[in-house]
Amino acid sequence: MPLPLLLPALVGLVFLILPLLALLIRAPWRSLPDQLTSHEVWQALQLSLLCATAATAVSLVIGVPLAWLLARVEFRGRGLVRALVTLPLVLPPVVGGVALLMALGRNGVVGKWLDDWFGLTLPFTTAGVIVAEAFVAMPFLVISVEGTLRAADPRYEEAAATLGASRFTAFRRVTLPLIAPGVAAGAVLAWARALGEFGATITFAGNFPGRTQTMPLAVYLALQSDPAAAISLSLVLLAVSVAVLAGLRDRWMTAS
Amino acid sequence: MTDDDRRMAKDDRFMTGREKKASSPTSAPAPAPEGQEGLDAHLVVERDAFRLDVSLAAAPGDVLALLGPNGAGKTTALRALAGLVPLTGGHLRLDGAELDRTPTESRPVGVVFQDYLLFPHLSALDNVAFGPRCLGASRAGARAEAAAWLARMGLSEYASVKPRRLSGGQAQRVALARALATRPRLLLLDEPLAALDARTRLDVRARLRSHLAEFEAVAVLVTHDPLDAMVLADHLVVVEDGQVVQRGTPADIARRPRTDYLAHLVGLNLYRGTAEGHTVRLDGGAVATTTEDLRGPVFVAFPPSAVTLHQERPGGSGARNLWRCEVAGLETHGDRIRVALTGGLPLAADLTTIAAAELDLRPGAAVWAAVKAARTHAYPA
Amino acid sequence: MTRSVLRTLQVTGAATAALLVLSACSSDDSSSDDSSSAGSGSSSDKLSGTVTVFAAASLKESFEKLGKQFEREHPGTKVTFSFGGSDSLAAGITGGAPADVFAAASPKTMKIVTDAGDAASGTPATFVRNELEIATLPGNPDKIGSLKDLTGSGLKVVLCDKEVPCGSAAQKALDASGLKLTPVSYEQDVKAALTKVELKEADAAVVYKTDVKAAGDKVEGVAFPESADAINDYPITLLKDARNTATAKAFIALVRSAEGQKVLTGAGFLKP
Repeated sequence: MPLPLLLPALVGLVFLILPLLALLIRAPWRSLPDQLTSHEVWQALQLSLLCATAATAVSLVIGVPLAWLLARVEFRGRGLVRALVTLPLVLPPVVGGVALLMALGRNGVVGKWLDDWFGLTLPFTTAGVIVAEAFVAMPFLVISVEGTLRAADPRYEEAAATLGASRFTAFRRVTLPLIAPGVAAGAVLAWARALGEFGATITFAGNFPGRTQTMPLAVYLALQSDPAAAISLSLVLLAVSVAVLAGLRDRWMTAS
Repeated sequence: MTDDDRRMAKDDRFMTGREKKASSPTSAPAPAPEGQEGLDAHLVVERDAFRLDVSLAAAPGDVLALLGPNGAGKTTALRALAGLVPLTGGHLRLDGAELDRTPTESRPVGVVFQDYLLFPHLSALDNVAFGPRCLGASRAGARAEAAAWLARMGLSEYASVKPRRLSGGQAQRVALARALATRPRLLLLDEPLAALDARTRLDVRARLRSHLAEFEAVAVLVTHDPLDAMVLADHLVVVEDGQVVQRGTPADIARRPRTDYLAHLVGLNLYRGTAEGHTVRLDGGAVATTTEDLRGPVFVAFPPSAVTLHQERPGGSGARNLWRCEVAGLETHGDRIRVALTGGLPLAADLTTIAAAELDLRPGAAVWAAVKAARTHAYPA
Repeated sequence: MTRSVLRTLQVTGAATAALLVLSACSSDDSSSDDSSSAGSGSSSDKLSGTVTVFAAASLKESFEKLGKQFEREHPGTKVTFSFGGSDSLAAGITGGAPADVFAAASPKTMKIVTDAGDAASGTPATFVRNELEIATLPGNPDKIGSLKDLTGSGLKVVLCDKEVPCGSAAQKALDASGLKLTPVSYEQDVKAALTKVELKEADAAVVYKTDVKAAGDKVEGVAFPESADAINDYPITLLKDARNTATAKAFIALVRSAEGQKVLTGAGFLKP
């Protein structure tokens, strides 16, 4: 094994693992059972899982077609559109949250109409949390799916067309099954990102226990006065994500 | 809007397009005017510096082969027929119906792709059932139809097998079944045998021939292999650089090639020249004597096996051609030696190994090449 | 329930602080409780070097002004600020962040630092106080006149989270007047709460008077009597491991001088 590779690899591994390890070492194990059975923690955890899953679902429904558009349809300014799509990746999430307020807030560009016509306001609601998480997480899915789509042979779609399949049927019955592993990987990435999302959520949806207070928000606020509680909450979040990610990985990503 | 609507729409299209020969006497669609059955296409596709301009015509039951070197535009022509490449000019009529603007999925066209493109996530049966399902058949109906097609191809036992576990020959038959299951009025095959090894090729070619013979509509296949073309097709269209350079029956083309590429493919020495009676002044300056009595521009062809080589100028006379040549190269060609010659006339000669050894042929050696006039064939250019 | 862990953390913090104290022993060990006596303009002894000030976010505008003034009066000095939530700043200081001066928005957060032994000896001095106000939309369209008006249904009110000073102050005021208020959100800090009103996402927020003032005409402030029950003291202290004690002391003196108080009250703070 070449040392110039092995050494940085080990450093990298330690760098990533050490903080998590430290969290475990400093974890308030004795009071952990109390923390974990508290109503607030379960409430935040449930909300986190619900919102992350819903945000992933939203991302799938609109993100996969978007990835298809970017990968398969030639149009002017496609490069620009692609850059715009990936912008939330580099945008500080708090700024993303503010941008969402400008767009979908009660007084936002579009939100104003939503409020006037449908009486619909997103900020301070669970739906708002889902919107904020989807905004931040969807680019991960789009990028992953677009990459898979580009690698997939477009001639399968042509073959489907010669068999009488419309473009949509070809996408649904041929392309989608072919890129399923990439979609699954993208969904897992998006889900993980949504689960850990903090900045956009607290900015756009605020913080109210049971309605918009997800685990990262609870962790952050607990950190202000009770670091031990924050560590416990983080451990719960970590354990749940590791369990879900490991499960999905075995099931999806190694399948094909 | 919905899938169902689309299926209905497609059904209508098949009523008019395909049901002519099938049952369904009630929905009696207007038959195409007599004489317009089959394929009538003038394909013009311009892309960058390349221009394809090919006319094709075929009656139902015909098998047409597009033969040509790589990059000649054969596959582009095929894709244009399928609607995968838009025409920049010309027209496309199938059984009297204009198809120029019809999208691929609405054309009564089936395609067997070069590497088959069987959907890897579907079983052989579901691959074949895909077309009927898209055309509106129920799930059970489509599968029953697919099973029947697989049975016809002798592949019933492979129905549940995924494409990656099929052999090349089996995959080719599944691809053929899949294309035929949509009951196309035009079947397109892109290099149908290219993906196969030499051994399976023989067997698959024979099977494909019988399937094509049974096929009642127009079939167009694209190949760069003259043997495939001649065995499988009734008519050949030779395409070079996007243009048709020759068309005819396999026998005609094998006998009277009109381009170097084709002559090389069918294994003939070919020259262009000007005939005055039995004497032809070839373009290179040499003179050939032929049995045909022609005037004006002609082609002269003879097979390499008609050439005999001599170290001394052979005596005797008669209608015999004699050229002073120089050996340029040698290579084995089956059980013979093919000698490439330059000098008086550039030509290829086939010798037995023994003859080659006795003549002590090596590159640079000077020889006399003789061809009897009776073995040459001259035809108007 | 997490007491033991907290203690562990504090013990660790204390140990770190002890080490710092040991290393600082050799240098200037003079007490800092006479900082108030050092007049800002009077110091003629050469001050130099950089002072690092950790200050509560609400002090941003006034402290930056004072910092510039200080640099002008003492050429060769430089004042750098780190503004943030008092809690995070306190955590940073106990965690060993290099700072000379800490100005907190509440005695509670200051206590974190003094408990950890990171402050220089002596009681931190209260240099200003901040009062709560209700921030409403410009023109006060909902006619909010008192804290009680906020409990009315249909009104979107945001409060600071109870963990941060402005939140606990608001809670104190609500408790004192026996009101029960369910906000739409508990914001992570006072600026976030104010922003929600500025963007018109919320109809009102309970924030500091200084924040209302700083927001200009983007919000309208409504004073309410119950705020008297929840006035926040802002303590300031020299830190134990200050690198530049003399200059740091001079800056604290400026803040507490009449001149400094003028700037601070101008921003809406109350005199101590």
